[in-house]
Amino acid sequence: MNKCEGQKMSANPLLMGHPLSSTEHARHALLYMCRIRKFEEAVEDLFGRGMMHGTMHLSIGQEASPTGMCMALTIQDQITSTHRGHGHCIAKGADLTRMIAELLGKEIGYCGGRGGSMHIADVETGNLGANGVVGGGIPIAAGAALASKMMKKGTVAVSFFGDGAMNEGAFHEAANLAAIWKLPMILFCENNKYGMSSSTEKAFAIDNLADRGKGYGIPGVNVNGNDVVEVYEAAQIAVDRAKKGEGPTLIIAETYRWKGHSRSDKNLYRTKEEIEEWRLLDPIPKFIARAIKQKKLTQEQCDGIQQEATDAIVAAVNEAVKAKAADPAGLLDAVFKKVSA
Amino acid sequence: MLTMAEAVREAMSIAFDERPEVFLLGEDVGIYGGAFGVSGDMYHRYGSERVLDTPIAELGIVGAAVGAALSGMRPIVEIQFSDFTAQAMDQIANQAAKIHFMLGGALHVPMVLRTPQGSGTGAAAQHSQNLEPWFASVPGLKVVVPSNPADAKGLLLAAIDDPNPVIFLEHKLLYKIPGRDPVPEGSERIPLGVAKVVREGKDLTIVATGIMVNKSYEVCEKLAAEGISVTLIDPRTLSPLDMQPVYESVEKTGRLMVVQEGPAHAGFINEVIAQMAGSSSFGSLIAPIKRLAGMNIPIPYAPQLEKAAVPQIEDIEAAAREIVKNWR
Repeated sequence: MNKCEGQKMSANPLLMGHPLSSTEHARHALLYMCRIRKFEEAVEDLFGRGMMHGTMHLSIGQEASPTGMCMALTIQDQITSTHRGHGHCIAKGADLTRMIAELLGKEIGYCGGRGGSMHIADVETGNLGANGVVGGGIPIAAGAALASKMMKKGTVAVSFFGDGAMNEGAFHEAANLAAIWKLPMILFCENNKYGMSSSTEKAFAIDNLADRGKGYGIPGVNVNGNDVVEVYEAAQIAVDRAKKGEGPTLIIAETYRWKGHSRSDKNLYRTKEEIEEWRLLDPIPKFIARAIKQKKLTQEQCDGIQQEATDAIVAAVNEAVKAKAADPAGLLDAVFKKVSA
Repeated sequence: MLTMAEAVREAMSIAFDERPEVFLLGEDVGIYGGAFGVSGDMYHRYGSERVLDTPIAELGIVGAAVGAALSGMRPIVEIQFSDFTAQAMDQIANQAAKIHFMLGGALHVPMVLRTPQGSGTGAAAQHSQNLEPWFASVPGLKVVVPSNPADAKGLLLAAIDDPNPVIFLEHKLLYKIPGRDPVPEGSERIPLGVAKVVREGKDLTIVATGIMVNKSYEVCEKLAAEGISVTLIDPRTLSPLDMQPVYESVEKTGRLMVVQEGPAHAGFINEVIAQMAGSSSFGSLIAPIKRLAGMNIPIPYAPQLEKAAVPQIEDIEAAAREIVKNWR
C-alpha cells in the first residue's frame, strides 16, 4: 500500500547520513546544494529569455535547509513542499529533466504541463507535492504521518513551509493534530524573514518562532538554516523522535532568500545592505570551507562537484527544451483517476 | 426497514470489514456516536484507532484525510454540518479536488467526505444550508446526494471504492425515516453517475435532488389518483451527472420541472436546465421549463419562515398541476 514500495529507485538515490561523516556524504551535500542553486539560476535565465511563462519563486540562498533535512530521510519518508519548492524536490531526489520540462509545459514534465513550478510532486521519492496555497501542505503531511502510524510503515512525514505559513490556521490545526496523536511528523519552517513583503517582525508578536512549539506541547528548535550540518543534526534528532513514536518537532531554520518573492518583486520592503549581508552567509562556500578543513573534500573535488551540478542542469535544460509540448487533447480525461472495474 | 442513518452506518461497517485501510474521522464520531448518531456504535465495534475522534478543526481534519488518502489509507471524514465545510474549503477545493490533475496523475485522493445538509430543523442560517452547487462546481470532486436509505448504502459503498474525492451530502430530515424500498442486504454497489427513474409517467418529468425527491414523490402519488402521471428522476450524483434518462423522459412527456432545496440563483438544478436547453430533446418541450428552488436568502429560524424559504409539497403540487393544465 505504500506508494514508494516496489517502484524503481530514483536516478539519484538519496544518501542518508551526516554531511561530514565521509567524503561521499560531503560530496552529496555539496552536489545537492549546487544542483538547487544551478537549477534556480537556470530557471531565472529561462524566464529572462522569455522561454518560461507564469511565475517562479526562487530559493537561492536557502539551499542548505532542504539538503540537510533530506539527508536525514529515506526515500520512503514523505515531504510536502511550498510554492518556493524547487529545492525540496531536488533535495528529495527528483529528476531534473522532468522538473525543467514541467516548468516549460512539456508532456514529460512531472505534471504533464498541468501544474508548473508550484505543483511538482514525485511519488517515487515520497514527495507529495509542492503547494500553491501557503500552509496547504501542512495538514496533508499530518495525514501522511497519520497513515504511516496506522499502517505501521515506520516512515516520517516532513512538511516544509515558510514563516508566513505559521500564521495560517492550517499550521495551527495540523500542529495540534500531530501533537495530540504523536504523529511521526516534522514541521520544518524555513524562516526566510519575509512572507512576500511582510517581515517576521511585523507578522509575529514573538521574537523566537520556535517558542510556538510550547503551545502544542512539542519541541521547538532553532537552527542556522544556512548551515547544512546544523540542519542535518537537528533533523536527525527530530526524525529519531518521530520514528520512536514520541511525536512531532517544530524546526525553525533561519535563512534568507536572495531573490524577490516572485517575478514582480521590486524589493521595496528590504534594503540592499540587508541582502548583501545575507549573501555573505552563502551556505555553499561555507560548507566547502568546512569540508576542506575537515579533509572530507579537496578544493579540486569541490570545483568538480560544482561543475557536475552545472553540467546536470545544462543537460536537463537541453533535453527538456527538445521534449514534446503538453497536448490539450488529454485534459478532460485527467481530472479523475479511472475507476477500476 | 433501515433508516438512512442506519444504512449509512451499515455501508461504512461493510467497508470497514472489507478493507483495513478504511477509517472514519471527525468531531464526536466516537463515543458520542456522531452528532446525528450516524456512526452510532462503530466506536465500540471497531475501536478508537479506526473511529477517530478529532478536535474541532475542520481544515486540519480534512487535510489529514487528504494526506492519509495520498499515503495508502481510505478515510471517511464526517463534517458535523455541511455549513462547516467552509472552514475546510482549501483542503476540499484546492487540495483534494486538484491533486490528481494538477500534480500529473501519479497521486490520487480516495477520500469520502460525508456531511449532513439542509433545512427543517430550526437550526437557522449557519446549520441549515444546502451547498450542492458549491461542490458540484469544482472539477475533481464527485458529488453524491442520496434521497433514501437503499441508495445511500449502495452509493456510499461505491464512493468509498472510488479512487477520487467524493462529497456525500446527507439530508438531516432523512436520517430517521425508512425509505419506500427496503435496504438490500449484502454489499452491492450503486455506480456513481447513474440517475434513477423513480417512477414513470407520460404527462410531466420532474428532476429533483435529495429530499426534494421524497417531496416530489408524494405529489406524484396524489396526482396519479387524479389521472396525471409523472416521471420522477433522481440524479443521485450531481457530479458526474447522468442526463440521458432526463432527455428520454422529456421526449415522452414534453414537460419538465426541476426541484431543489437550495437557492435558485446559480443553483445546481440550473445545470439540468442548461444541458436540456442545449440538447436535441429541447424541441420536444411543449411547455417552458419550470424551476422550483429555495428563496435567495439565508435559511431563517422561525418555523413558518424556514418553511417559506424552501419548496414544500404544496408548492410542488401547485406547480406540477399548473404546468400540466396550462400547456397542452
